[in-house]
Amino acid sequence: MTQKVTLTINGEKREAEVEPRLLLVHFIREVCNLTGTHIGCDTTSCGACTVLINGTPAKSCTLLAVQVNGADITTVEGLEQNGQLDPIQQGFFEEHGLQCGFCTPGMMLVGKALLEKNPDPSEEEVRQAISGNLCRCTGYVNIVKAIQYAGKKMREPAEAAAPTA
Amino acid sequence: MVTHAGGYGRSVKRKEDPRFLRGLGNYVDDLKLPSMLYMDIVRSPYAHAKIVSIDTSKALAIPGVLAVITGKDLDAYKLAWMPTLMSDTQMVLPVDRVVYQAQEVAAVIATERYIAADGVAAVEVEYEPLEPVVDPFKALDPSSPLVRPDHADKNTNHIWHWESGDKARTDQLFNEAEVTVKEHIYLPRIHVSSIETCGCVASFDRVSGKLTVWMTTQAPHAIRTVFSLVTAASAVGQIPEHKIRIISPDIGGGFGGKVPVYPGYVIATAASVLTGHPVKWIEDRSENLQADSFARDYHMDVELAGKKDGTITALRVKTLADHGSADAAANPSKFPAGLFNVCTGSYAMEAAHVEVDGVYTNKPPGGVAYRCSFRVTEAVHAIERIVDSMALKLKVDPAELRLKNFIPPDQFPYKSPTGWEYDSGNYEGALKKAMEKIGYAELRREQAEKRARGELMGIGICTFTEIVGAGPSNTFDILGIKMFDSAEIRVHPTGSAIVRIGVQSQGQGHETTFAQIVAEELGLPVENITVEHGDTDTAPYGLGTYASRSTPTAGAATAMAARKIREKAKHIAAHLLEASPDDIEWVNYQFQVKGAPQRSKTMADIAFAAYTNHPQGMEAGLEAVDYYDPPNLTFPFGAYICVVDIDRGTGQVKIRRFLAVDDCGTIINPMIVEGQIHGGLTMGMAPALLEGIFYDENGNIQQGTFMDYLLPTAMETPAWETDKTTTPSPHHPFGAKGVGESATVGAPPAIANAVVDALSHLGVTHLDIPITPWKVYQILEEHGLAEV
Repeated sequence: MTQKVTLTINGEKREAEVEPRLLLVHFIREVCNLTGTHIGCDTTSCGACTVLINGTPAKSCTLLAVQVNGADITTVEGLEQNGQLDPIQQGFFEEHGLQCGFCTPGMMLVGKALLEKNPDPSEEEVRQAISGNLCRCTGYVNIVKAIQYAGKKMREPAEAAAPTA
Repeated sequence: MVTHAGGYGRSVKRKEDPRFLRGLGNYVDDLKLPSMLYMDIVRSPYAHAKIVSIDTSKALAIPGVLAVITGKDLDAYKLAWMPTLMSDTQMVLPVDRVVYQAQEVAAVIATERYIAADGVAAVEVEYEPLEPVVDPFKALDPSSPLVRPDHADKNTNHIWHWESGDKARTDQLFNEAEVTVKEHIYLPRIHVSSIETCGCVASFDRVSGKLTVWMTTQAPHAIRTVFSLVTAASAVGQIPEHKIRIISPDIGGGFGGKVPVYPGYVIATAASVLTGHPVKWIEDRSENLQADSFARDYHMDVELAGKKDGTITALRVKTLADHGSADAAANPSKFPAGLFNVCTGSYAMEAAHVEVDGVYTNKPPGGVAYRCSFRVTEAVHAIERIVDSMALKLKVDPAELRLKNFIPPDQFPYKSPTGWEYDSGNYEGALKKAMEKIGYAELRREQAEKRARGELMGIGICTFTEIVGAGPSNTFDILGIKMFDSAEIRVHPTGSAIVRIGVQSQGQGHETTFAQIVAEELGLPVENITVEHGDTDTAPYGLGTYASRSTPTAGAATAMAARKIREKAKHIAAHLLEASPDDIEWVNYQFQVKGAPQRSKTMADIAFAAYTNHPQGMEAGLEAVDYYDPPNLTFPFGAYICVVDIDRGTGQVKIRRFLAVDDCGTIINPMIVEGQIHGGLTMGMAPALLEGIFYDENGNIQQGTFMDYLLPTAMETPAWETDKTTTPSPHHPFGAKGVGESATVGAPPAIANAVVDALSHLGVTHLDIPITPWKVYQILEEHGLAEV
């Protein structure tokens, strides 16, 4: 038994007949071949699978694809626009906000969602926002700086033409 | 002068980042091959049980399930057992009994991931539970059940005894001591939990006979050799080593957990060889946490002897090491307890004696790593805690006691009482810098005021010495393979280069730092240098990345290979400049004629000439290989100061400030080094306050998912403060020492010392980690200090 799921992922319509039990993260990774969204646990603890669903961060390992039928989803692959890195990507590059890169997509998407609501977050607010995402490499200090860097970039559009990584 | 965006001491932005930022990394689970099958594993619910029967019929009836592999199947090919890195043995799949909970029992091969999982649920295994061996002390009782009856020569769970140092002199110093202190210190099991779990895609080509395995491994070459040797001893027949290719692509964190060979890799590989299809196996987090190798689990009795004036004279340590069901540690062969006897630390003392006994229990194989292999964390925890106990007993400030007993800077190279030769150090310099920067005296005043008001604040110091960079080939090998490492550099005609190294990044930024080494040594722009690693078909043989060894070994090899190139380049420069090679000098990243700096050639000029206009009689080309055998280990050190406040309502320890002054010798990339220290500190805080794996009396793991095994989030993690001193290693080609693990080693005792310091006026002299709120709250309650 399968069900039809239609999603918009990074602005592109994706349609597939899937088993109702298929997790959203597997829809993204296996059906759409967008492998930037990662899987790091099976208890919704680590946040490596975080995507934006209609602009809100969600852990795609704990949602069925059929549950979000019709949703507008952004994954890490959707951050870069017209060859220009998103400020959040620039921030992670400039502030050494990543090491192994495995948690990075989820961290960047959470950071981006935070900055949409709060363009100038304090350190405490950033830490709160990313507290559902685990990073084993960086000790978070530079992730906080990276998100704040992106906030600054977004507040100063004139300077947005930044070096590309 | 050549301008070049590379070299030592520069925070070059990482060359590996652009693919990760775009979600275009290549992790093992991202790989999809045509006709690929998926494997999932049936695991034991029992810690110790006989397997009565395995019924695979219902699983095999599921459409899409192609095979269920059991121990009996592997046994027919003599593949049911495999060697561990410590020359013990470990089951790939059991034939008749399981020895730890979550042990692999059977593997289901299916056309899809979900169908493989359905198959796992449908395999019916009948067990007959046996009495489990959980407590390592009881395991030594002659009446204890045997964990490893397969070791026919042994009628005990005792694995080995190891000791180091001068027992007679140490005992004598203890007998004569004016003051002694003793603590029982337990470092519980912990698990690295890199955010990417382990897995592989094995692909055997039946036509060419070539096996390619993409694997989450930190040591691809060693894996290749082991695979070839294991197949040679099996009924499959040897796969010759040139027909095995191990590829370690982007790795989502390693920290030592990706050094061992896990049964899943072997089963997936066997499945691919037998089916002729690629087979993917990716473990889930529960499997990773419950079954993969663990670190620590050291029960240490630590004693320190000294004089009333605070002079430390001797250290004595007796340890029981719980290795679980196999001695599967990733130690060098000759060091069953790793480098644990570096536990005299940063302190000059006359004698030390260290004993360790390894023991089997019904737990997953332990003794691997958690961002520190080789038992250095255990050693540092022992000495740094016991020095604080001594300070408490003598009623002197722990900083003062340390300063009195440090090995003085003019005593290097320093021969330790257990036989190590420390290469360089300035411990006093690092501690004084840390004390000044954090305002130590002021903090002590604040603490006294707060204590008078009933507030609980603690200050903890750790002045650790690490031992890394394994290692010199006269003593260091793994399964007989010497622990050198390697680099191969080819400079192309137009002045760009490729570097291939025998070590393997799991996030450390090798693609950047190794390019910087070549940039510095050859004067080429860092952006024109590609670094490749992790593919055994292309990279030179190396032992891999763990134990902070990449820069001390492969980094050295890279510099040495570059210097070979520079020597040849000098002769080409002489040819081009029509001068004698003796008159050519390397200044400001180019060759010039002595006394005539306007007559010069860049490395790019030389590279072009090496292929277009090289001197008669000289080989064309510009490349070199180096296999570097380090003359000694390196000894990074640091002075850490931690300030904690304790919440009397909850017992929670809050790290208010943490300053890490590290000395890792010459720094290649300060940005990357600082990142390593931030990460290491966080993985040091984790076992100090949060992480620990414990078992109930039946051998059931109590922290088997991330719901119970608490990794630090951004909320618990403080804003780390860092600083440095620089004491280069005298024997490393450019003075580097390695840094990846320092902070993980140094942070736990700093934090534990701070908490004990906050509670010392209540009579607390020691607390085992993790120091959970509950542990602290009980103490507060006992002393009527808990706020309700």
